[in-house]
Amino acid sequence: MIFATFLMSLREIRRNTMRSILTMLGIVIGVAAVITMTIIGEGATQSVKNDISALGDNMLIVSPGAARRGPVSSGSKSFTDADVSAIESQIGGIAAMAPAASRGATVVYGNLNVSTQVMGTTEGYVEVRGYKLAQGRLLNDVDVRSGTAVCVLGETVRKALFGTGDAIGTSLRVGKVTCTVVGVLAPKGSSAMGQDQDDVLLIPLRQFQRRMSGNRDIPTIYISVDDSRPTAAVKARIEALLRERRGIQRGSEDDFNVRDMAEIAATVSSATGALTALLGAIAAVSLLVGGIGIMNIMLVSVTERTREIGIRIAIGALGREVMLQFLTEAVVLSTLGGVIGIITGVAMGFGVTSLMKIPFVPTPGIIIISFAFSAIVGVAFGYLPARKAAKLSPIEALRHE
Amino acid sequence: MVSDADQVSEREAAIRAVNAITPWFELKQISKIYGHGESEVRALDRIDLSIYAGEFVSVMGTSGSGKSTCMNIVGCLDVPTSGTYLFHGVDVGKLDRDQQALLRRHYIGFVFQGFNLLARTSALENVELPLVYRRVAKSERRERAMRALAEVGLAGREGHTPAELSGGQQQRVAIARALVTEPSLLLADEPTGNLDSARSEEIMQLLVRLNMERSLTIAMVTHEPDMAEFGTRIVTFRDGHIIDDQPTKRMIA
Ligand SMILES: Nc1ncnc2c1ncn2[C@@H]1O[C@H](COP(=O)(O)OP(=O)(O)OP(=O)(O)O)[C@@H](O)[C@H]1O
Ligand SMILES: [Mg+2]
Repeated sequence: MIFATFLMSLREIRRNTMRSILTMLGIVIGVAAVITMTIIGEGATQSVKNDISALGDNMLIVSPGAARRGPVSSGSKSFTDADVSAIESQIGGIAAMAPAASRGATVVYGNLNVSTQVMGTTEGYVEVRGYKLAQGRLLNDVDVRSGTAVCVLGETVRKALFGTGDAIGTSLRVGKVTCTVVGVLAPKGSSAMGQDQDDVLLIPLRQFQRRMSGNRDIPTIYISVDDSRPTAAVKARIEALLRERRGIQRGSEDDFNVRDMAEIAATVSSATGALTALLGAIAAVSLLVGGIGIMNIMLVSVTERTREIGIRIAIGALGREVMLQFLTEAVVLSTLGGVIGIITGVAMGFGVTSLMKIPFVPTPGIIIISFAFSAIVGVAFGYLPARKAAKLSPIEALRHE
Repeated sequence: MVSDADQVSEREAAIRAVNAITPWFELKQISKIYGHGESEVRALDRIDLSIYAGEFVSVMGTSGSGKSTCMNIVGCLDVPTSGTYLFHGVDVGKLDRDQQALLRRHYIGFVFQGFNLLARTSALENVELPLVYRRVAKSERRERAMRALAEVGLAGREGHTPAELSGGQQQRVAIARALVTEPSLLLADEPTGNLDSARSEEIMQLLVRLNMERSLTIAMVTHEPDMAEFGTRIVTFRDGHIIDDQPTKRMIA
């Protein structure tokens, strides 16, 4: 009987092509809208998260100045080599660390010149910030300690000065310093905040201090925490150590701050989470509208269907057989509509995310929920009128207007 | 054979004799009241009617006299306001909806005054429908539906939907649908209302043949005295009452 009913339902669906298509359309639109929207929202969130983790989500940035007054604040003293060695020797759980000082400068090669950020740092910088080497070598220990005049270029700088030519081994003038290019960094793209992370030129910290800043200050220390250690704990210990070294009294405020990238990441992703929620709300509305559409079509066809039910029952169908048929019909239509909706939604989501160049992340949970919702609406409104009609006496159903 | 009056009246006598004990169905003090108060309509007013197996009863009467109402109650499609309806001695009022549906499915063929065919559904599928609910296998279903349509003169029209058929053709599809299950009781509400006299005669011959050969019990509403004469008995309604109940001329002769 189930199979016969199934065949009968399919025949009914085909017979009432227009009604079937309209019913399915409601479901298709609802499901597709929700899925597309959430894929876009998720993609945007994921894209921001990726950028942040590319920045290093287990990274601590230590800089002078109280946190409240912003990262760079005059009056607070910079760090010293001794601070760096103290952190290195006394704090466990540090994977890599790089003291750094930077300033904007013009880089000249032949008759070409380009302004960039010159970063005086140590060999740890590349690891902490998650750069990769494209060509040549990195700054090494020897360069850093002796202050040899070598440099490593970011991709943006390399492209501006060398185009397709070879940069390794050439000499550049960086401000007043002449240095030899020993390596090129692989492109990293822009950061979550929109900075071009490839617009950089690395030179040994000693060199920077001697020839560019003229002092031994270290304005920033980048620290990469070991994956196995909680970043927050390491951060707390660094803070304690620095308070002690900088002679800050108990109860008075820090004159430095340690920023935790994981915290920043959490802040940013809560903002994009709000975006996802907004898109989700819009999608939920379209799902609702789709649901109302289904309801409408179902209710409009109730008169005709009630008569049909009357005929079937008058010639000997049992109420439950008729209801089973209508239920099957509604399930088939809703499922079909749901599947088409999922395919459309995922396809549109894929299209939009690849246009926006953000990651394509379909969320199975949302797909299931939207599908379930429209299926329930479809089934409920296909089935309820049938249930009601099957309760009438056959003659009442036949006379229904 | 119909003209053989001796044979017929002998048959009639046999029917009466056998069924003196149990009528095929029996209406006792049946009333049907629509609406209430000022607008109350007594469509049936305490009628008594017994029909025996093998009878072919023609029901006549003016428009609005309660013929259809009575047929609907006999067909278990409607419930009387009061009174008892015994179907083969079984009180139908005490059966639940499913039992009534099964009774319709297995014993009764019904031709509606307004046809009540499924829209956008071919004549063949319409006729097959009662067999679907009787769980008849597909190939047999098809074959029997084709045969029933051929019997009412609609061979070649199997694929047409009601909208593509004339009123008379739709009526014949409805007759085929009622007969395809080979019911033991046929209730037909003006089955020839839309047919020309030649067609009507053909349908009547078919019903008479089924009545004689298969012992099909028939109750048929008609406005035409000529058609009524094909039956064995004529029951006449007026204003919800039965005012006359007599054997047809051919039965008396
Ligand atoms: N659903 C209903 N609601 C109210 N009154 C009804 C309803 N159905 C029938 N009636 C009334 O009951 C009476 C009997 O109607 P019925 O249909 O039985 O007449 P009929 O003898 O079949 O007439 P016809 O020959 O025109 O088909 C009529 O007066 C009609 O108006
Ligand atoms: Mg009538």
